[in-house]
Amino acid sequence: MPLRLHYNLEKLSMGLVVGIIVAASIGGIVEIAPLFTIDETVAVPEDLRPHTPLELAGREIYMREGCYACHSQMIRSLADEIDRYGPYSRAGESAFDHPMLWGSKRTGPDLARVGGKYTDAWHVRHLIDPRAVVPASIMPSYPWLTRPLETGLLGEQLATLARLGVPYDADMVGQAAADALSQSRPDSAGAPDVQARYGEGVALRAFDGDPSRLTEMDAVVAYLQSLGTLTNVAHAEARQ
Amino acid sequence: MSGEHPREVDPVTGYDTTGHDWNGIRELNTPFPRFVLWILAATVVYSVVAWILLPAWPTGRDYTRGLLGLDQGAAAVAGLQALDGERQGWLDHFDPADFAALSADTALLDVAMPAAARLFGDNCAACHGAGGVGGPGFPVLADATWLWGGDPETVAETIRVGINADHPDTRVAQMPTFEWLTRDERLALADWVATLREGTAAADAPAATLFADNCAACHGEAAEGNMMNGAPSLIDRAVIYGQDPATIAETLRHGRQGVMPTWSGRLSEAEINLLALYVTRLGEGGQ
Repeated sequence: MPLRLHYNLEKLSMGLVVGIIVAASIGGIVEIAPLFTIDETVAVPEDLRPHTPLELAGREIYMREGCYACHSQMIRSLADEIDRYGPYSRAGESAFDHPMLWGSKRTGPDLARVGGKYTDAWHVRHLIDPRAVVPASIMPSYPWLTRPLETGLLGEQLATLARLGVPYDADMVGQAAADALSQSRPDSAGAPDVQARYGEGVALRAFDGDPSRLTEMDAVVAYLQSLGTLTNVAHAEARQ
Repeated sequence: MSGEHPREVDPVTGYDTTGHDWNGIRELNTPFPRFVLWILAATVVYSVVAWILLPAWPTGRDYTRGLLGLDQGAAAVAGLQALDGERQGWLDHFDPADFAALSADTALLDVAMPAAARLFGDNCAACHGAGGVGGPGFPVLADATWLWGGDPETVAETIRVGINADHPDTRVAQMPTFEWLTRDERLALADWVATLREGTAAADAPAATLFADNCAACHGEAAEGNMMNGAPSLIDRAVIYGQDPATIAETLRHGRQGVMPTWSGRLSEAEINLLALYVTRLGEGGQ
């Protein structure tokens, strides 16, 4: 009987269009409706800090080079994942990420909590030639990351993210390019300002090992070393 | 059929035709296979059962939790606790660790060392290489030379606090820059240090005086190294960055501040002790 109904509906073009719209809308609404209340359902951790301009620049390069195609940034809620990578990822941990880089496919390991696991020197050597430190690695080399970092658009990028709800204030937006430089020069006059703006937990280092140059390597390594360190909420919940 | 065209049955298959005629060609209206329709119906039934049993529908600020009350996060944590429970039988012996007793317990080591090897592979091998073979800038662990001491207690402390790391009690090892020496002095010193391990360095060379004045405080009068400050011996075969003249000149010019991260927090105390015992055993039989 329902088959006969469908057979007749197929011959009634407007009826079929309405039927398609109704069916597709149900699927859409089920996926979209939860987003209407996402501000209430996903709590932004109180201690979550936004990325510094240098880390944000590294995040852009991470996206540009397609790192997300092989590396996820989401520890799944499975026992083996927690055992290897640490507490499973909470939604609130990426509340300031636009776009989020959770990923769903891994060729390399998950990077959600890679910050602090390896040293800057290791990351630099690994990015330039992965085989130099991990002989069996199939990761491509990224030797061009040693070129100078473009910081001209960082202010506008922070302003854009601020419009999306990331708590960058006017000061952070105005000083974005200067802060990117200062974070890689711990002895510079502006370095304390970076920690004043973004928190004591922000690392001030020449991430590529050379304080005289601000390179894309500085940005990428600063970003990688920040992953999993922006909030302690997952570890706090896991201890409960 | 609502009868816009007369029903026409194909004599070969017994199926209706669509009733259309394209220059003498008629198309069969083959019905959808029955078993596929049953599968479709079954998926619909399954979905209704799933909505009742499992977390499913969003309800604004909440969602329907389902009769089974499943929570994937809680299930994962329970799974991890089950894993920990399996390991507890032997891992508990590592916190606190009596390394002398542990080393003698071959039955325990048979279980613990394969697990330690996996832990090493996941956390340590990226820098120190598979099996602790090391690499430029990352010390070899599979030998008998150590920077801070090779007994398990000391290795465990190094893993715990790291070197030049973010830990408040971190070990600190700074090879300062000697850029203030003249280039010729640095090159002479580099050449001289490069020969130390061969035992051919002349004691009365000008570089020997430079060494005594600038290097001996950390590396020792006889360049034998110092495990109190992590200054490596310059008379053995082990190297971190290299002991050829060019590498030494580079080290003298820019200094070295190698970092080993702290592992407290990332690894449990028992896991750190397990790794310490594993690492010291890598070096046994080495030179």
